[in-house]
Amino acid sequence: MSRPAPASHLFRGTALPWLLLLPQLVITALFFFWPAGQAVWQSLLREDAFGLRSEFVGLENFADVLADPTWLAAFGRTLLFSGSVASLALVSALFLAVQADRNIRGASVFKTLLIWPYAVAPAVAAVLWLFMFHPNIGIFGRMLNAAGIAWDYKLNGDQAMLLVIVASAWKQVSYNFIFFLAGLQSIPKSVLEAAAIDGASPRYRFWTVVFPLLSPTAFFLLVVNLVYAFFDTFGVIHALTQGGPGKATETLIYRVYTDGVVNLNLGSSAAQSVILMVLVVGLTFMQFRYVERRVHY
Amino acid sequence: MATLKLTDIKKQFGTTQVLHGVDLNVAEGEMIVIVGASGCGKSTLLRIVAGLEFATSGQVDIGGQDVTGLDPAERDVAMVFQNYALYPHMSVFQNMAYGLKIRRMAPEDIRKRVAQAAALLGIEALLERRPRELSGGQRQRVAMGRAIVREPKLFLFDEPLSNLDAKLRVQMRAEIKRLQRRLGVTSLFVTHDQVEAMTLGDRLVVMHQGHAAQVATPMEIWSRPADTYVASFIGSPAMNFLPGTMEGGAVRLDLGLKLHLPATPALADGHKVTLGIRPEHLCPGAGGITMNLELLEPLGSETVAHGRLPDGTELTARLPGEVTTEGPLSLLLPSEHLHLFDAATGKRIGA
Ligand SMILES: Nc1ncnc2c1ncn2[C@@H]1O[C@H](COP(=O)(O)OP(=O)(O)OP(=O)(O)O)[C@@H](O)[C@H]1O
Ligand SMILES: [Mg+2]
Repeated sequence: MSRPAPASHLFRGTALPWLLLLPQLVITALFFFWPAGQAVWQSLLREDAFGLRSEFVGLENFADVLADPTWLAAFGRTLLFSGSVASLALVSALFLAVQADRNIRGASVFKTLLIWPYAVAPAVAAVLWLFMFHPNIGIFGRMLNAAGIAWDYKLNGDQAMLLVIVASAWKQVSYNFIFFLAGLQSIPKSVLEAAAIDGASPRYRFWTVVFPLLSPTAFFLLVVNLVYAFFDTFGVIHALTQGGPGKATETLIYRVYTDGVVNLNLGSSAAQSVILMVLVVGLTFMQFRYVERRVHY
Repeated sequence: MATLKLTDIKKQFGTTQVLHGVDLNVAEGEMIVIVGASGCGKSTLLRIVAGLEFATSGQVDIGGQDVTGLDPAERDVAMVFQNYALYPHMSVFQNMAYGLKIRRMAPEDIRKRVAQAAALLGIEALLERRPRELSGGQRQRVAMGRAIVREPKLFLFDEPLSNLDAKLRVQMRAEIKRLQRRLGVTSLFVTHDQVEAMTLGDRLVVMHQGHAAQVATPMEIWSRPADTYVASFIGSPAMNFLPGTMEGGAVRLDLGLKLHLPATPALADGHKVTLGIRPEHLCPGAGGITMNLELLEPLGSETVAHGRLPDGTELTARLPGEVTTEGPLSLLLPSEHLHLFDAATGKRIGA
């Protein structure tokens, strides 16, 4: 007697499933696990000055990095930079999303305009900002100087930091905007009307109803923005300031590049990237935990 | 508790006129039910009273005060929405306390008020839950609770029962009526369900395409509908209409039968009219109109008979007991139950 095989027996044995998964596994292995493994391995080695020999040094690279005051300074700088980028990008995106939500008729124009920055490559974005704020050739740079403000981000570290923060945040606003707008539009209109009838002013309504309902979205975006500021801002910084002046805009990711590619200190560079990797895993983990716990409706 | 007065309320969305001048006077403590087909402007009218929508022209007075230009917050009304519109991130207690907190009531008083309202609605045990942890009926109660703790001047209900199952709807209907009586708050209740309208309202507003077709007590609307629309909308199964012509103070049906009316209307001979009679008022007997039976719906105590007249007009009759006949059925039209409407305008003629 033969009967059609149940669904679980559709694939005889395990060969076919594995075969179907293979391309994805190969890509993940090739572009993530292999380099990550290399980095971990590298971080345990120390090469001589000419890169001819390397010896196993255990966790010494990590100890050196964590004890290095310039690395610690870069760490602090990265926290400041990432915090500023994330808050600037989140606050401006939320503001824009609220405006777009209020006047949904203009929202499609609004949306298209706001999505553009996301499609722009980091280096191109940086050049855009460079052309705006270059002290000699940038429109705003010259305007600032004409107004008597000594603007030169190539000399002034604080100004350089400000510029990379704004340029990095600008690129992230569109992403945040889309999520916030979707979040706002998923709040039933009648809930806001109920609050209005209950006597809440628009501002009180925003803080007691809209904002709490958006908080899961906001938290998700906070983590995404922090990760972005930690890792994806290399292009912007590289094109705008190369980490300078001095080390004023050298964030951790930029330092990985300087130490590894410019100074050829592969062991230390690898140790730093492993630390960064641990940070992002930590952030992601926190996010999952939070989302599981806090989604209450 | 307050009176409500609407004067010539008109509303346009873009170029579509949704309300064509609605007038309404509501006495203190009265329960008014606004009933009508979907899209006739019931919700729009309610939202104009709440201040969620502004009328294109006309005036809204609550408690003798002109509130036409005021925001919802300044009107002191409470509204129960069809989808309940509870604050999803707040507990039941917080939902009910929200409006009181805005009014800066002392926490102790808030707790007392909420507890009172919760006791009234039987939701004391749910105060710590969030809306998503409640059933539809419980959400409905919380929405009611949120409205009554505020002790507003006016209750507004926009089809609050339409998301409940049939049994719960009947139960909540009775409960709302009881609560409204007990609290004595002036209320507007929107529904498209005529049974809900008849049972809940002190008076009904039957809306038709942006007009208030009739404003009257349920019984009056049933017994003396102002036009053919109201006549067909209220009452189930719907009233039967037969075309006819005036002839010497009586009505000559197009079918041939001549019917005398209790009072002779002042209409010239040859005037086209529509004669209305409710299915329950048709009674079997010789010498009436002849219906060809098409369908019998036995309901136990009565039978609803659907059929057609010789000229093809559909007719429905509610007959007592069981009907076993097949084929043609002769039905009498008792003159005291006849409704006379102008064929051209659809308006009721005479008493
Ligand atoms: N914001 C709006 N913009 C444009 N047209 C609207 C708007 N709100 C309502 N309308 C139109 O006004 C008319 C009346 O709508 P309303 O919501 O008052 O109907 P309703 O009687 O409550 O119907 P229902 O029983 O389906 O709820 C409808 O034709 C609707 O399309
Ligand atoms: Mg409606």
